[in-house]
Amino acid sequence: MTTINSNIDFKLEHNATGQLQFTDSDGAVFDGINLVRAFPISAPDEGLSIISQQGHELAWIPSLMDMPAQIKSLIEAELLQREFMPVIQRINQVSSFATPSIWDVTTDKGNTKLTLKAEDQIWRLKNNRLLITDKNGVNFMVNNIEQLDKHSRKLLDRFL
Amino acid sequence: MLNVVNSATVNSKILPPIPSSRLLPNFWQSIVESHLENAEELKAWLEINLDEQLHFTEHLLLITNRRLVYFCPVRTHADISDISVHEYAYRPALKLAQHDHAGVYRLDLFEHHLRIASWRYTVINDSSSARFIKQFEQLCASFVTGNPVPVEATEPCPKCRYPLTAEQDECPQCSSEIDAPPSTWTLFRLWRFAKPYQWQLLAGFLLMLASTAATLVPPYLTIPLMDKVLIPYQNGIPIDTDLVALLLGGLLGSALLAWGLGWSKTYILALVSERIGADLRTITYDHLLKLSLEYFGGKRTGDLMARIGSESDRICVFLSLHLLDFATDVLMIIMTAAILVSINPELALVTLLPLPFIAWMIHIVRDKLRTGFEKIDRVWSEVSNVLADTIPGIRVVKAFAQEARESSRFREANQHNLAVNDRINKIWSLFSPSVTLLTEIGLLLVWAFGIWQISKDEISVGILTAFLAYISRFYTRLDSMSRIVSVTQKAASGAKRIFDILDHVSSVPEPSNPVHLDKVSGKIEIRSAGFRYGNRSVIKDLNLTIEPGEMIGLVGHSGSGKSTLVNLMCRFYDVSAGSISLDGVNIRSLPISEYRRNIGLVLQEPFLFFGSIAENIAYGKPEATRAEIIAAARAAHAHEFILRLPHGYDSLVGERGHGLSGGERQRISIARALLIDPRILILDEATASVDTETEKEIQKALDNLVHGRTTIAIAHRLSTLHKANRLVVMDRGQIVEVGNHDELMASEGAYYRLYQAQARNVDTDLDDVTSDEIIANKEASA
Repeated sequence: MTTINSNIDFKLEHNATGQLQFTDSDGAVFDGINLVRAFPISAPDEGLSIISQQGHELAWIPSLMDMPAQIKSLIEAELLQREFMPVIQRINQVSSFATPSIWDVTTDKGNTKLTLKAEDQIWRLKNNRLLITDKNGVNFMVNNIEQLDKHSRKLLDRFL
Repeated sequence: MLNVVNSATVNSKILPPIPSSRLLPNFWQSIVESHLENAEELKAWLEINLDEQLHFTEHLLLITNRRLVYFCPVRTHADISDISVHEYAYRPALKLAQHDHAGVYRLDLFEHHLRIASWRYTVINDSSSARFIKQFEQLCASFVTGNPVPVEATEPCPKCRYPLTAEQDECPQCSSEIDAPPSTWTLFRLWRFAKPYQWQLLAGFLLMLASTAATLVPPYLTIPLMDKVLIPYQNGIPIDTDLVALLLGGLLGSALLAWGLGWSKTYILALVSERIGADLRTITYDHLLKLSLEYFGGKRTGDLMARIGSESDRICVFLSLHLLDFATDVLMIIMTAAILVSINPELALVTLLPLPFIAWMIHIVRDKLRTGFEKIDRVWSEVSNVLADTIPGIRVVKAFAQEARESSRFREANQHNLAVNDRINKIWSLFSPSVTLLTEIGLLLVWAFGIWQISKDEISVGILTAFLAYISRFYTRLDSMSRIVSVTQKAASGAKRIFDILDHVSSVPEPSNPVHLDKVSGKIEIRSAGFRYGNRSVIKDLNLTIEPGEMIGLVGHSGSGKSTLVNLMCRFYDVSAGSISLDGVNIRSLPISEYRRNIGLVLQEPFLFFGSIAENIAYGKPEATRAEIIAAARAAHAHEFILRLPHGYDSLVGERGHGLSGGERQRISIARALLIDPRILILDEATASVDTETEKEIQKALDNLVHGRTTIAIAHRLSTLHKANRLVVMDRGQIVEVGNHDELMASEGAYYRLYQAQARNVDTDLDDVTSDEIIANKEASA
């Protein structure tokens, strides 16, 4: 069990079940808390909120970078378990150019298939980034269209 | 932990029909078999596709009648070298729990509140994991207690007869079909709509044959015109005027015949296709109206409108124009080829030789163009999206002085449109000159070979001219023929989108043996009702009996399940567990429209249809007399303000009811509910969106409405529920307190605190009182 005490007025630790436990400045203990990034796409390291099981904010962390190393690593480990946004590195194959279409993709998390329900599930973000939401609600990211290989770009182009 | 059974026992093991929809993947089949013990039955399995670092890897979780087994590949380098097996024998304190976040599901195995294992996966089949957990619980309980697993009542999927469990509202077999990309074969399903018109279609087809044949006569007549008239004249023989008159008459006659036949063919077929399109639209719309609220919740209005409107139109145009043209062209090419071969096989061969080549070239260019045109379609929707955003929100744009920003947004979208168009125009502009060039080259070949044959006296000049006349006709048709590929694909995807609606079976089905209630007294009983939205439990084990004529106030913070409960009572959704009955009859066995006729619904946002005020009031009872309408309006305290309008009851109101205030619209919707004289009245936050003064007016109207009816009222402001016989306090899908105002105040529970909070500050919402307090209180009172 790791306990962290710092200049911040709350405590964050793992409880017996392995879940994160939050203790506020008054000593009230909260189990089953959630860590939520305020800007998961545009500024992942800025603004992080600790939310209770009931959905109320317990603490606000303006910048993850300013946190003491221990808390930072604890939060990052938890977020790693919670956040799932595979980055598409290559589109190997698509089942059809008409939606719904099943894409065979290589991501930083390995090979997988995703089902694109409609073209409007592809969101254009700034700087040539794309956010693709598949049928099951999993978000896939394309960091830069220009940096994809020619084959992937050609396939992707048919949907943009 | 590891438990490997001798492979000699494999044969004696029973691998029962797996209760999951799919078969165990081959990869796992042998591994699983070798790990099962004698007489151990495989009950269910779940593919786990993420490892601890959330990388995509194949794992398998399965349950037997004795234990939970987890198979995990151990990776060394690139190859899977080994499979590690973890087993968890059933014991009393084991519990599975599922969480989900952003598409990733986590399954935790707890023993006495201690997490002993955790698996993650992206969901492949939503209901399968919920079923897996349920089966685990049942098997574990049965193993510990020794009681057999309760047999679940299953009803087959209405479409494919696949047995469904209680939690599955969509058949896994049928729903997977929806994911399949559109196929051209979908178009054949349109036959269902074409069948009523089969005789007209046959007549159209015969006319098509005849008219195509008629168009092929004139070139044939050029042969005698050349060989018997013009060439002999050049050689000094005078023109035979009778023959010329005959030939020219033939030309005119065949042209007139082709005109008449072509006209009647196009007319008949266009008539039929237009009817098919109309039938398709009406049937789809009728089916759409029957679908449950659940379906509409997941769809965008614009998308559904497009499907019924423009997609059916696209199919109609495809049938009446493209398919017709294509069939005519194919007929013409076959007939021409036959005529050419019959005149001179050698020249015919040379003439037809370039045909496949030209067709292929055109196809290639078309293919390039098609992707470009699809792109233009999407860019267009981008442009119109900017408009759709800005025009309804024009007040906000102006208020924040952001006209310049919206203008630049539009300019940007337009610029994108321009760029895409520029690119496609490059190919497009090249296209028709290229087709012309290819046609010319083809003609050149025919000229060259024809001259060579004439020089050898194999054919006459007349035959060459006839050939040239024939082929220049169908070379030009090749271009339009090549279009068939893309229009067929478009029509197929349109047909698929329409059949998606038609294939969707309502999750609120009509009863097969309907029960009719003559006189409804209005007693509602809810017995251990449960409702899941996806895999989220919204209502849990809820029991409530409402006596005829009783008024119930539903209280609770937003998300506590009040509106869901009301939706269940209206049967917009069906309960996933338990039952709701009216006068002792399960509402699932009553015909839907007959049941709903007993319910008057007043919503927070009153919806007025385009039409007069009188029509809007009489919406639920179109045959109502004027006197009835006025009586309802009077009772709803709407009569006076309606009379102040320039056209009284005939004043037109739009969908947003322009010109009417929120309170006025609400009173019209109350009059609408009053007019049908329902036994059950449901008020869903009827006074939430109006000010206190108006609320008093509406309250008076509501008091008239409530009188003598079973009423269920949802309200944020507790003061509006002062007339309620009982107040029901809900939290997280459960009832936490029931009683009248005085009782609940005396018990100083959750309601007491809500009331106190509102008394301090009139505008306090229930949401401001945390649900923790309600829970804390519930535990204290228990």
